[in-house]
Amino acid sequence: MDVTTDDPKAAEGQHLLQVEDLHVEFRTQYGTVNAVNGISYSLDERETLAILGESGSGKSVSAQAIMGIIDSPPGFITKGALRFRGTDLLGLDESERRSYRGQKIAMIFQDALTALNPVYSVGFQIGEMFRVHRGASRSEAKKKAIELMDRVRIPAAKERVGEYPHQFSGGMRQRVMIAMALSLDPDILIADEPTTALDVTVQAQIMELLSELQGETGMGLILITHDLAVVADVADRVAVMYAGKIVETGSVFEVYENAAHPYTEGLMSSIPRIDQRGRELNPIRGAPPSLMRIPPGCPFHPRCPYARDVCRVDLPPLYEVSASRRSACHFFEEVLANVEGGLTGGR
Amino acid sequence: MADEGNGRPAPERDVILKVENLVKHFPLTQGIVFKKHVGAVKAVEGVSFDLYRGETLGLVGESGCGKSTVAKLLLRLEEATSGSAIYDGKDIFKLPKKELRTLRRNIQIVFQDPYASLNPRMTVGDIVAEPWEIHQGRMGKAERRSRVQDLLARVGLDPDHVNRYPHQFSGGQRQRIGIARALALNPDIIICDEPVSALDVSVQAQVVNLLNALQSDFNLSYIFIAHDLAVVRHISDRVAVMYLGKIMEVGNQDQIYDRPTHPYTQALLSAVPVPDPAVRGERKRMVLTGDVPSPANPPSGCVFRTRCWKAQEKCAEEVPALENRGFDHPSACHFAEIERVVPV
Repeated sequence: MDVTTDDPKAAEGQHLLQVEDLHVEFRTQYGTVNAVNGISYSLDERETLAILGESGSGKSVSAQAIMGIIDSPPGFITKGALRFRGTDLLGLDESERRSYRGQKIAMIFQDALTALNPVYSVGFQIGEMFRVHRGASRSEAKKKAIELMDRVRIPAAKERVGEYPHQFSGGMRQRVMIAMALSLDPDILIADEPTTALDVTVQAQIMELLSELQGETGMGLILITHDLAVVADVADRVAVMYAGKIVETGSVFEVYENAAHPYTEGLMSSIPRIDQRGRELNPIRGAPPSLMRIPPGCPFHPRCPYARDVCRVDLPPLYEVSASRRSACHFFEEVLANVEGGLTGGR
Repeated sequence: MADEGNGRPAPERDVILKVENLVKHFPLTQGIVFKKHVGAVKAVEGVSFDLYRGETLGLVGESGCGKSTVAKLLLRLEEATSGSAIYDGKDIFKLPKKELRTLRRNIQIVFQDPYASLNPRMTVGDIVAEPWEIHQGRMGKAERRSRVQDLLARVGLDPDHVNRYPHQFSGGQRQRIGIARALALNPDIIICDEPVSALDVSVQAQVVNLLNALQSDFNLSYIFIAHDLAVVRHISDRVAVMYLGKIMEVGNQDQIYDRPTHPYTQALLSAVPVPDPAVRGERKRMVLTGDVPSPANPPSGCVFRTRCWKAQEKCAEEVPALENRGFDHPSACHFAEIERVVPV
């Protein structure tokens, strides 16, 4: 019961991006780390898809696979397909792949300071995109850099174009990253924890900027995060990842109203809310598994309050919950019946 | 937690720590041999608060607001520039070196990063027992091992793991080890400096629940420093909001979250996303423009005025005191008024 099989758009390659049964593993001297174990999803234009998961769930690795920036070795994409408007990116050679990276699919990272080169000015680094990909001259590139800095609302762009990353605050650095990512008008922007390192007032500014830019350009946005509140604020659809698999996917409204997977339900009942006082937190017991030793059967079973014998041996497929919604739980109906498991209207 | 509606817990509860006019300036110097003072980073600029026995005081603010410096000052890990902090009838900042040890026995700290705050070469048993090694005479050598095991069990770890090393534990478990170490000397006050912000969402709640349970078991007072306003609301009895080294507003959690009067508190709260797509677009957003000014050169008058939509001439001239302004809790704004920004 795959997400993709009954999707007419997928068959015709109409999705902007179509991830099919992606497997990524890292072969280390200590053993094989199974970071991504068969995930499938699609992204359309103007759509925001949130990939929600904790550290070690494989959410960032799946994004790096799409960008084609996994170090190999140790990382290997062992199975699957990544179709960008129907073209399988995994079948391309490196020079063809390069024409997609940055131009069609761009990415911004969590830590903007380490992602920027400290010895080049910000304007030089933004302009580099034009010099390398478009053959622009230095002065043209600088002019473009100023335009882009204006577009991401960096004040006094003209004066600041020659400054270095350390002269910018955290929020401004992230804007520089966004400017670089958007410089070649990509169709897809992957944002990997773009606001995790930022203060909440700056986080609000950056999320607002991203959604404005998305409105202007019509790009598809993949937002990778562990923050349930950010997802609720901006995403159209959400895919929840656990131990390298998608355990639940659906529209953000459906999922937040009533979770169909015990892990999602556990996450929702374990976060404190700013608009509620004194609600008892019900944390998920235990800790996420090591990706070197993923439990057999359903990977969530050691922590799951719904677990039965079948869960220990039988890996649940993604069951169809509704037309737009899937859950990888044998007992998703039971989870749905537990109405305590939602966040919407629980106040 | 009896709320009297005046920002204070019930009157029978005594003040355990009274902080007044705490100031910390870090000197900025130039030159290598002859260090010339060229200014100061005003990290903490006149902070006053009371901590009651058995309560949790949340200290919130963005990075650089001085909240962690306050923690370091109270433990005398940094020396305060001026001000006083009265604990047990004595001023912490005037204690002679000998008595510092007693102080640190009674005020303990849990750090943010459970990976950096535990010595990787020590076993968990040694880490938790180390406070007794330093504070001789608190626990006989013979009883230590069983007491360590009790503590580990109390914080939800397997007592048989005393001989393991920190790397064998997950982040959440390491934070529990740090908490066990803080509990070893039966302190009165534990300062929690961002204790859950490095943890995964599903593990955060476990640690928050543990801190809550320990508080009622041991009658602990917490100073809970965090930037996550949702966690602070969950755990705190009272909350102090800091900006550029000053407290902007203080009150019990309903006063701060439901009836904030300071524009900074309102902006901060309105920026926090609510994990509920149903309220999307219905919320009032007060997105602050610009960045926090440098604490080396803070604005005159009200430090928040450069980013405040209410700012007028008076704000540049006169420093607003943290005082009662006709509402049920003090606020450091000349134009304080209640505005609800968190949805009901």
